[in-house]
Amino acid sequence: MLFGAIAVDNGFSVFEAFLMSAAVFGGASQMVGIELFGHHVAPWLIVLSIFAVNFRHVLYSASIGRSLAHWSGPKQAIAYFLLTDPQYAFAESEAQSGRKVGFVWYMGAALTVYVSWNALTLAGAIAGQLIPDTSALGIDFLLPIYFLGLVMDFRKRPLWLPIVVVSAIASIVAYKVVGSPWHVSLGAVAGVALAVILPPSHSGIGVDPEHLP
Amino acid sequence: MSTTFWIIIAGAIATYLTRVGGHLVLSRFDTIHPRVEAGLNAVPAAVLTTLVAPAALGAGPAEWAALIVAGLVSLRGGLMSMFLAGAVVLVLARQFVG
Repeated sequence: MLFGAIAVDNGFSVFEAFLMSAAVFGGASQMVGIELFGHHVAPWLIVLSIFAVNFRHVLYSASIGRSLAHWSGPKQAIAYFLLTDPQYAFAESEAQSGRKVGFVWYMGAALTVYVSWNALTLAGAIAGQLIPDTSALGIDFLLPIYFLGLVMDFRKRPLWLPIVVVSAIASIVAYKVVGSPWHVSLGAVAGVALAVILPPSHSGIGVDPEHLP
Repeated sequence: MSTTFWIIIAGAIATYLTRVGGHLVLSRFDTIHPRVEAGLNAVPAAVLTTLVAPAALGAGPAEWAALIVAGLVSLRGGLMSMFLAGAVVLVLARQFVG
């Protein structure tokens, strides 16, 4: 909803705002995209920025792909289109609980997010500048709280705390030195690198032979 | 079609490539090295943390209080209860603190 309102504010038509939500379907990258659009930045730079913000999905895709590999090609192709932050967290939790990630279950969760995201974008775009000051309502800081909840969801995993600490420090340093949005990918790579560098047994791999694929 | 239209389409293609790319690269290998598997298992905590940490550092007392309360609630409750607790604390703290 916020996206739709800001998009129209930055010179998008209602149709363009809706199209972007339907085709890109990535909240943070859409925000960055329209922000740059409002500053009249070169088109290729906007596309590159969207790519940079969404680069973390490469990691999601590689990680969750192991749980979706038993689906047919077209099903996987559709599933990856809908692979957002919350969708990845849901699917990874489901896989972690030992259940097989089913296509119908996955699409049910994904389409719920997809439809509401697009409906809200449309509503926000139409409402346009009618939305009052959002700071008092705390909307601007709800996403970090939500993402903290997702982080906590994985606290039972081996090496969770060291990974969180390393990623937090690395992302903060990258945020100060390199700038947004690269801090996401750089911070994530630092946390993943820690797990790769430490002996695999620290990650609970090789301890139980059945755990290996 | 307008430039905006093509920016959106190119952005959508770039995004889809990131979503499908990781899996396509990985599926070219028959076996997954234990260290790669360890790295992949670290992905959720690593990526999601980067979406919180810089925002938390740049925030103020109201936001910190919200994160701390939400974090504590998440130790016992589910995602929804921790999120609502954090949101309530955030709105209240902003009224009184800042």
